[in-house]
Amino acid sequence: MKILVGYKRVVDYNVRIQVKPDGTGVVTDGVKLSANPFDDIALEEALRLREKGVAEEVIVVGIGPADLTAHLRNGLAMGANRAIHVVTSDAVQPLTSARAFLKLVEKEQPGLVILGKQAIDDDANQTGQMLAALWDRPQATFASKVEIADGKATVTREVDAGLEVIEIQLPAVITTDLRLNEPRFIKLPDIMKAKSKPIDTIEFASLGVDAHDQLKTTHYAAPAKRSKGVMVKDAAELVATLKQKGLL
Amino acid sequence: MSKILVIAEHLDGKLNPSTARAVSAAVAVKSEAVDVLVLSDKVGPLAAEAAKIEGVSHVLTIARVENAHPLAAILAPQIAKAAAGYSHVLAPSTTFGKDVAPRVAALLGVAQVSDVMSVEGSHAFKRPIYAGNAIINVEADPSHAVVATIRTASWPAANSGNNSAPIEALNVEMNLPTHTRFVELKQGKSDRPDLQSANKVVSGGRGVGSKENFEIIYKLADKIGAAVGASRAAVDAGYVPNELQVGQTGKIIAPELYVAIGISGAIQHLTGIKDAGTIVAINKDAEAPIFEIADIGLVGDLFKLIPELEQAIG
Repeated sequence: MKILVGYKRVVDYNVRIQVKPDGTGVVTDGVKLSANPFDDIALEEALRLREKGVAEEVIVVGIGPADLTAHLRNGLAMGANRAIHVVTSDAVQPLTSARAFLKLVEKEQPGLVILGKQAIDDDANQTGQMLAALWDRPQATFASKVEIADGKATVTREVDAGLEVIEIQLPAVITTDLRLNEPRFIKLPDIMKAKSKPIDTIEFASLGVDAHDQLKTTHYAAPAKRSKGVMVKDAAELVATLKQKGLL
Repeated sequence: MSKILVIAEHLDGKLNPSTARAVSAAVAVKSEAVDVLVLSDKVGPLAAEAAKIEGVSHVLTIARVENAHPLAAILAPQIAKAAAGYSHVLAPSTTFGKDVAPRVAALLGVAQVSDVMSVEGSHAFKRPIYAGNAIINVEADPSHAVVATIRTASWPAANSGNNSAPIEALNVEMNLPTHTRFVELKQGKSDRPDLQSANKVVSGGRGVGSKENFEIIYKLADKIGAAVGASRAAVDAGYVPNELQVGQTGKIIAPELYVAIGISGAIQHLTGIKDAGTIVAINKDAEAPIFEIADIGLVGDLFKLIPELEQAIG
């Protein structure tokens, strides 16, 4: 079985996001970029399934500009067998991304597609569900445990009410939540090895995907700040203040 | 003129309060109708409950045995079919809505607006990106239906009681997929208020120190009738189960009173509480970032302060 893994490059989660003063975007020049944390978890899960003998090949997929190659090399260094780079200089919205993935799925025929539940830049949380719909296959979103046997996956999902367990037939789409695993660190020899692993490049335009954006972002703003509060000296003063506000 | 379909969320035969919050957002679009769609195996009591929500024009029901559990792959094709003639399909931005709405959007061939915070026009919305560190204005193409999820913390629940919207059963004839099967839901059992919708929440962080020590958080919460929450650090340390996690990667909540105890205030936690009415922080470290956003701060040892608080509350 092949596993396709979505591997998006985003602004590193430790970067404090600044909105440009003219409201046209967030500052990304000179800012550290890293793999989307949920995608690292997706790749780790795929690698573990390969190590268990459930899968033979793990393919990382990136959609982005020419310089995305270095990012995909990190995925290869982590352990993916090969990479597919869909080249476009445009930002790609989730529906378009799902349509592009579908083309790759039709070509590669994976038994499983594992994506992060959301990317930490646009926080859309859509692409996996959309791909599953377009592919007409099962989805197991927000996965915290995956077990595969007899052509089926039993997936534990983190839902608001607790943990939901569902059983899905493969092929299918799984999206990862934080608790699924802890991704491994890349070791230096693996970085060397990754240099000889193949990266297929495909021009986005050659996929024949409708890339018409239905959503336009017209303005960016910093969130409203909460005003600084007061400090109280002891428990009695805290309780008195809360009672005064009618909160106790 | 627009017509809106709101997808009802429910569990154990009761509507989730997120449904009435999504109705509030639907009403803000100023459409000619706001209809609520209930999918279940037993729709009766749920439909009756939805019909009472103010602002609802009609309640539509699809009763099928396959709808006993909220499986996106099974619900989405039915919702997509019921959506014909509607300009907007809205669902709460809970794990339920986040799971099903994009699947509906893809079946309809339209983009989705996630986590709507405010309605700026029939096709214009505000939503957070970068964990709420930037807010964007998004415009959807008016020639397509809009599918959107509603950030529940940004919207009050629409009032219930003074309405009796007509209820209509939809007969959706279609074969549903059999590739997805519900196995079980493991719920954290609790007599306490639900964290997502509680008016008061008491949360503990790593500073609480252990699973055993967390008892004092539960005790204080029970004393003031609050739900219990936790920071990701406390969840990761194994003090409490994951469903209590508050923050960007857990629950985003907006209680009237939020009491953060032994929580330093990582950005990802603050994102989950910034719509709270009053934030109280108790921490021994006066430099903790939680004090930057707290309305009322108290520096000190939580193991000494909590008993004092309980005594002062009386």
